Amino acid sequence: MAEIQEKSQGKKGGSKQKKMSTRIDFTPMVDMNMLLITFFMLCTSLSKPQTMEISMPTNDKVSEAEQNKVKASKAVTVILGKDNAVYYYLGQPNYSDANTLKKSSFKPDGLRAMLIGKNAKVTAEMNKLKKDKLNLKISDEQFKEKAAKIKSDRSAPVVIIKASDESNYTNLIDALDEMQICNISKYAIVDITPEDVELVKSFEKL
Amino acid sequence: MARVKLKRQHPVIDMTAMSDVTVLLLTFFMLTSTFIQKEPVQVNTPASVSEIKIPETNVLQILVDPNGKIFLGLDKQDDRIQVLKTVGDKYGINFTKEEINKFKLLNSFGVPIKQMKAFLALEIKEQDKVLKDYGIPCDSTNNEFKVWVSAAREQNQDLRIAIKADQKTAYPKIKGVMNSLQDLNENRYNLITSLKEVASEI
Repeated sequence: MAEIQEKSQGKKGGSKQKKMSTRIDFTPMVDMNMLLITFFMLCTSLSKPQTMEISMPTNDKVSEAEQNKVKASKAVTVILGKDNAVYYYLGQPNYSDANTLKKSSFKPDGLRAMLIGKNAKVTAEMNKLKKDKLNLKISDEQFKEKAAKIKSDRSAPVVIIKASDESNYTNLIDALDEMQICNISKYAIVDITPEDVELVKSFEKL
Repeated sequence: MARVKLKRQHPVIDMTAMSDVTVLLLTFFMLTSTFIQKEPVQVNTPASVSEIKIPETNVLQILVDPNGKIFLGLDKQDDRIQVLKTVGDKYGINFTKEEINKFKLLNSFGVPIKQMKAFLALEIKEQDKVLKDYGIPCDSTNNEFKVWVSAAREQNQDLRIAIKADQKTAYPKIKGVMNSLQDLNENRYNLITSLKEVASEI
């Protein structure tokens, strides 16, 4: 705009000194900037990856007497099988009867529904607590403190995750995820026993 | 005859504002960006609902590809040098200054220590090509992985261990890594996942 005005002035006007235009064309500058933006956009990772914290037991040998035995009524054993299959049994398994095993899935109505059902008390309390936190009624520290208290409930189930050799990493993460969703604080990843493998095999034959 | 002078239309667009916007965007990207680390293998991490972020420094990343090959990544160059020296000493291999300098620049490494000298002699482009065929041995007879991890722990006590494995990695491979870590008394570590949304009941 300014340029056009200046030109018309220059032709008509009587001023002898020619005014030099101080306008700078910014188009190449914009081009360059766009190029740089593209470069940065392609080379960066904006979101940092999430992680899951896990604590495994130490390797120290614990004598039979010192071991904490899980009450059979509270124990849930989850077996991760081939092709994303999940099986579980409650309490002590009966290895001669394949029907003790139940097949489940990672869908919301599968393992999750069962675990939430088992863990109803803790889940209800945790949901209430989360609601309070969402409504900013309690601070972060209070939330953590209370959550720890709720999760240490003695009636909460203990989940034993046994991953078979045919399962893959996704299954393990999914299983650990379910623990988090269902607010289960006590769970362990344990090596699968040959009996369990046999049990799954005989279950599949049924 | 009067000549009708057709005034040529010459639209001029003021680019200053546009330039302002682009510079602003550029500044934003420059300040927020962290560059993607070069990894020897492409790994698709499984999704999880966990929302803990991984710390930026002091991370020992264990990369496990779908076939169970293991690569390690250390973020500090000084740590890398010391770790290479420690592991080299253990296997009776002395690295020259040049080799150490080359090793320092590797974001992730995963070559059996016996082949390390030959590997470091290669050009960077060649290194990228062959690295994915190696992997650190981690079996009961030859567990170099344990040596590397314990050397790294010795060097940096604040180190956090993070396992990044592919969705399709078979469980026995992961178990091997976890058991090795357990042998070293490394019982707390992180599993790297990507974010998954789960509809909560609240």
